[in-house]
Amino acid sequence: MKQLMLGNTAFARGLYEAGCLVASSYPGTPSTEITEDAAKFDDIYCEWAPNEKVAMEVAFGAAMAGKRSFCGMKHVGLNVAADPLYTASYTGVNAGMVIAVADDPGMHSSQNEQDSRHHAIASKVPMLEPSDSQETLDFVKKAYEISEEFDTPVIVKMCTRVSHCQSIVQTGERTEAVKPYVKDIGKYVMMPANAKKRHPFVEERTKKLIEYAETSDINRIEEGSGDIGIITSSTSYLYAKEVFGDKASVLKLGMVNPLPVKLILDFASKVNKLYVIEELDPIIENHCKALGLDVIGKDKFPIIGEFSQNLIADKLEIERTAGLKLNEQLPMRPPAMCSGCPHRGIFYILSKNKITVLGDIGCYTLGAVAPLNAMHMTLCMGGSVSSIHGFNKALGEESQNNTVAVIGDSTFMHSGMTGLANIAYNGSNSTVIILDNSITGMTGHQQNPTTGYNIKGDPAGKIDLEALCKAMGFNRVRVVDPYDLKTSEAAIKEELAADEPSVIISRRPCVLLKYVKTNPPLKVDNDKCRGCKACMKLGCPSISFRDGKAHIDNTLCTGCGVCKQLCHFDALN
Amino acid sequence: MTKNIMIVGVGGQGSLLASKLLGQILLSAGYDVKVSEVHGMSQRGGSVVTYVRFGDKVYSPIIDKGEADYIVSFELLEAARYVEYLKPQGHIVVNTQQIDPMPVITGAAEYPENLVEKMKAANVQLDAFDALAVANEAGSSKAVNIALLGRLSKHFEFTDEQWQAALEKCVPPKFLELNKKAFELGRNQ
Repeated sequence: MKQLMLGNTAFARGLYEAGCLVASSYPGTPSTEITEDAAKFDDIYCEWAPNEKVAMEVAFGAAMAGKRSFCGMKHVGLNVAADPLYTASYTGVNAGMVIAVADDPGMHSSQNEQDSRHHAIASKVPMLEPSDSQETLDFVKKAYEISEEFDTPVIVKMCTRVSHCQSIVQTGERTEAVKPYVKDIGKYVMMPANAKKRHPFVEERTKKLIEYAETSDINRIEEGSGDIGIITSSTSYLYAKEVFGDKASVLKLGMVNPLPVKLILDFASKVNKLYVIEELDPIIENHCKALGLDVIGKDKFPIIGEFSQNLIADKLEIERTAGLKLNEQLPMRPPAMCSGCPHRGIFYILSKNKITVLGDIGCYTLGAVAPLNAMHMTLCMGGSVSSIHGFNKALGEESQNNTVAVIGDSTFMHSGMTGLANIAYNGSNSTVIILDNSITGMTGHQQNPTTGYNIKGDPAGKIDLEALCKAMGFNRVRVVDPYDLKTSEAAIKEELAADEPSVIISRRPCVLLKYVKTNPPLKVDNDKCRGCKACMKLGCPSISFRDGKAHIDNTLCTGCGVCKQLCHFDALN
Repeated sequence: MTKNIMIVGVGGQGSLLASKLLGQILLSAGYDVKVSEVHGMSQRGGSVVTYVRFGDKVYSPIIDKGEADYIVSFELLEAARYVEYLKPQGHIVVNTQQIDPMPVITGAAEYPENLVEKMKAANVQLDAFDALAVANEAGSSKAVNIALLGRLSKHFEFTDEQWQAALEKCVPPKFLELNKKAFELGRNQ
């Protein structure tokens, strides 16, 4: 049946049809829906792992056991999972193991714009790169075949515009093939003596994979009418086709590591002018240049950001239809914390008290934007808790009474715990605020080890944050309600003043969770409102200023009552 | 010939359902279709865009400046923001509701005045109406998305039955009547 399917949904369908039996992932835009949708198939065991390293090791264990397995993550997640990846390349697999990594050129929802192909090259693991949903489904099935034939994990690289684009897919049937588990110390125990024997295997495998890349239909040539040749992959292929149609010959690479040699040389010999069109880093381009080819790549097309059909046309001076023009300066509309977001109250307190805030990855990173401006560092998952220790070790009394780390519940379980262990072990007087909204929020509400539910919404193990922090050796662990500004502010001040490390758990579920009951919207009493704008310091999307008075949008307001606590004139009720 | 529809608005306004419905009816009509969405950080109250493209063969997942045949906007300022994506003969269907963006809330900027007139002066073929009022009349402010699609549907040759079938496929049964009503009101008012 033909269906319109998101790239990520097609990936999940591919897992199903390929007979995948175990999937473990950590959510991360734009990869999240792959595992969410895989969990809708009862034949696949699916879970959210605490982080990507754990997920990859779970998938590795399952593949070694003889069941086809999967782990999925965003590009930066692969950094976390790099450790098992680089050695799983040496051990190889038993049943097939497929890894999804989703890049985010243009940084729609990411902290950097790294190109995951470097990980494939460095770990010597094959990488496939589909450009639409049908290819995604087909490539996932092919990835399992390659994984088993060549004894290697295989990465399928997605990106925002493939993951989050729906296109037409023809689905197929599921086939399952499991392999027996056989103990093999030489293959699976990577101590030096064994690893030394596996490394030559990896190099030989790469040679065989290059041979495969030369002839497999995963790389294909589409002959065009002109004398221009384009080597490309993924979405860049789509943009190039949009501009050139059949007027240029295209070598579309579905396998981006390892790259073919003869295929590229043959293609190049048949055209007069050769372009390499690829987003982010010049990986195909450098490969071509190493083969002695005269190609045009990053000297025309940018190394930064996403491509589009107009971008490619512009760089090649091909004219496109201009749009209409509106000569008007328009205010930007950046993302903001939602109305009723439980994080807002804490950031208001931190902003008001001019506290230095080392932040982390999640919705609460929006605490950095105006008017709160209450975040001064965001690096990576878990980075807040480790960095505050270093910050306080460096500055001592100068910082420890006016600096906090803030981290969400899911991010804390991901890699904040290890930083907290370091604070307990190496003793800095640091204050850590866990913003526990009882869900993984930014990626669209995934369960995590603190929520008490698994990926299917069934009851599961629940880690007690207070008990965990106490067990690590923290004497000062307290819970506050971020809707209660007075108590929360007092707690933050007390813990900053204390002469030992502390953890404050700011606990209230994400207001967008279905089970959260919101209150009726507040109303402004225009007789009482004096237009002092105290309530507007919150940066709540529900509150605007009209005709000299505060105005509350009753379609957005959730009645959280935080603004009411800032009003000196009892005008908000 | 590929046709392009952009759905723009403020994160959280329900553009995903609108694009799902369009994708469904276009697929049923036998077109090649691509629908590109925005998830994650930019969804949180930010300016969001969905691209719907259809034709014999669609390559690019996105719509670029000067390519849109139609823009459906959930909010007035957002319609203005994407005018340069419109083809010279392109149409905008816009909800006249105004939602202040954060720079306006903080006082760093003002919400521009007379955007409807200004867009018309820029040669935009504009269909501006209060879709929030239509949605409320149908029974819920959340049906703005479907009221807007009802209005957009006037530009397409699909029959009432085809739209109804697409609605039935995309909307959960308990919200079907509400959405059918919002669609009808948008289409016929």
